[in-house]
Amino acid sequence: MIKVNNLHFGYGKNQPLFKNISFQLDAGHIYGLLGKNGAGKSSLLKNLAGLVYAQQGTLDVFGFDPAKRQPAMLEQICFIPEEFYLPAVKIDAYVKANAPFYKKFNHDYFTNLIQEFDIPVSQKLINMSYGQKKKVIIAFALATQAKLIIMDEPTNGLDIPSKAQFRKIMASALTDECCIIISTHQVRDLDNLIDSVIMLDENDIALQASVDEITEKLTFKKVKAVDDSIIYAEPSLSGYYAVMPNYHQEESKLDLELLFNAILTEKTKFKPYFN
Amino acid sequence: MEFRDNKAIYLQIADYVCEHILLEKWKAEEKIPSVREMAVELEVNPNTIMRTYDLLQTKNIISNKRGIGFFVAEKAVDQVKDFRKTHFIADELPVLFRNIYLLNISFDELQRKYENFIKENFNA
Repeated sequence: MIKVNNLHFGYGKNQPLFKNISFQLDAGHIYGLLGKNGAGKSSLLKNLAGLVYAQQGTLDVFGFDPAKRQPAMLEQICFIPEEFYLPAVKIDAYVKANAPFYKKFNHDYFTNLIQEFDIPVSQKLINMSYGQKKKVIIAFALATQAKLIIMDEPTNGLDIPSKAQFRKIMASALTDECCIIISTHQVRDLDNLIDSVIMLDENDIALQASVDEITEKLTFKKVKAVDDSIIYAEPSLSGYYAVMPNYHQEESKLDLELLFNAILTEKTKFKPYFN
Repeated sequence: MEFRDNKAIYLQIADYVCEHILLEKWKAEEKIPSVREMAVELEVNPNTIMRTYDLLQTKNIISNKRGIGFFVAEKAVDQVKDFRKTHFIADELPVLFRNIYLLNISFDELQRKYENFIKENFNA
């Protein structure tokens, strides 16, 4: 559905953010985009949506070049940025002004989501709390029925019950026709929602793999002591949380936080497992 | 549902389904929640639920009636017991044996505790 080939990108001539990165995204999946602050998560998402332009390389977003910003492509993309502005109008006015850009916008679904998220419809958007605004934008994004849904830190600012609602809503929103990319630092919020991981580090994609592929090749477990078979370990109260090659076809649960730290510290050691 | 740390989610969900079948919350030949309903309830990716349902189908615990949904298989209870027994003997019993050996617990003591446990929990 989305193909990126040899992408070079940076905000200045001598400050490359991505050097020659390539990857592919398919419909029917929820991708988790991870990386340290400043690794380029938001910039990568902006490249896909045509909000910034590649310096070199090609991007193919369901047959379109995002830099051309053709309406036929834009009506199939919904982008939830981390920082956003909502005008001083009520929800219905906002929908009236923005929904016509999306041919498949589903008004009933939007109303359901707004109810589920418990949003006061009589209040002006600008007077809502950050979390409420965020929920309005998420509801709008899902109601567009766009093929590509991009979410930059969607769970930031959501209270505890809203996070659970968000997970339920995302679980029901994924269809075979759409592709959802979520960039996040709150990996615990999204642990079981993500089925594929993309990790950015040092101007490059440090890892792209499905959760199934990761747990097929690596095991995540608690061990009493660290030995040579362990690639990366972090101390805990009762031993260590360790990542090691999956020698015995164990079926462990992916620990995203541990994997993230492991890849950042031992990048070269993991390379041979994912090619 | 609270997920544990050490076991793949799709297997934990398989246990959850099996438990429902053993406790007869879901009876033979009854329809079980769809992939999407289950994903929403447990807040997990629908692809994970699909993997669970695929596994349970190969174990003849559930069956897929095309266009209608997933159903508890006729002999599901036996199949679940089989599936869980194999798993228990291979993975959990060695840990238990190790502790029994290390802590020097006699079989008499175990038997008394076991019988008490059954009485208290299952009224049998």
